[in-house]
Amino acid sequence: MRHKAVLRVSSKLLIPPIMLFALYVQFHGDFGPGGGFQAGVIFASAFILYALVFGVSRARRVVPAGVTRATLALGVLLYAGVGVAGLLLGGNYLNYSVLAPDPVQGQHLGIMLIEFGVGMTVASAMITIFFIFAGRDRDEGDG
Amino acid sequence: MAVTGLAYIFLRNLFALVMLSGMFSLTAAVLYVVMDAVDVAFTEAAVGAGIATVLGLATLGLIGVAHEKPSRRSVLGPFLVVLITGAVLINATLDMPHYGDPNAPIHHHVAPRYIEESGREVGVPNIVTSVLASYRGYDTLGEVTVIFTAACGVLVLLGRSGRRRPGAGNRGGREGAAGDAGAAE
Repeated sequence: MRHKAVLRVSSKLLIPPIMLFALYVQFHGDFGPGGGFQAGVIFASAFILYALVFGVSRARRVVPAGVTRATLALGVLLYAGVGVAGLLLGGNYLNYSVLAPDPVQGQHLGIMLIEFGVGMTVASAMITIFFIFAGRDRDEGDG
Repeated sequence: MAVTGLAYIFLRNLFALVMLSGMFSLTAAVLYVVMDAVDVAFTEAAVGAGIATVLGLATLGLIGVAHEKPSRRSVLGPFLVVLITGAVLINATLDMPHYGDPNAPIHHHVAPRYIEESGREVGVPNIVTSVLASYRGYDTLGEVTVIFTAACGVLVLLGRSGRRRPGAGNRGGREGAAGDAGAAE
């Protein structure tokens, strides 16, 4: 991929807006279409684009395997943890109304947190799966 | 979509098939937009047309096979099964209420409550988000767990043992992930 100047430059131009759009979808999901799942996929697609153009090993240096694995688990933990926090504060599991003094505010907070958890897990799951699929090629070539 | 489906049957080039599946998803996404299900369309476009196509291409690169081998076995049995299943499904749609029928059961069960109360109870303008994240929180937690499990399965099967049995691990991983997703839905 050393000579594909157009691809490299255009993907470099595209990746920041993709990530920004992912964050927009993530935090604007309350008001328009979108949410953690879509945002996670879009965020992951930015990394996948980078890996497609610049190679998996360089992309792996940007997001090491340990990081994606940690965020993979952290997202689910965050989601489940919000549920447990609701339990501890005296509500039902995954009842966000008790998270803040005002029930509506609590719902907002809870939804934002769990959507963030969803986004984290989905993004790292997609990145992990793609890197493993695309990276094996190279491993076999080397070994 | 029907044309894409028909082309699916006759094409043998796997690369074209992966691209066709992306096209199918994109058409489906447009269909969802037409039916006002923007959230679903968004997901379909991102996952079905985007990620699934890229993963399919990555798999193609991994297995290094460009053409499907024509099967020598008789196609009559599978064709009959498909025909019967299709007939049963079409028969079932005859009983379904018309699209947008206000008297359909789905509009009378919990949907009115969501539409009328979610603004006050949850305060999120997008009702889809409030239903997914708040009223149906358990389901969404389950979905996230499914994705987590799928990624874990891929990691376990393909992450480390790549050098030993590439073929066996690959097949198991695909089936495992698909099975997980199917079981949850």
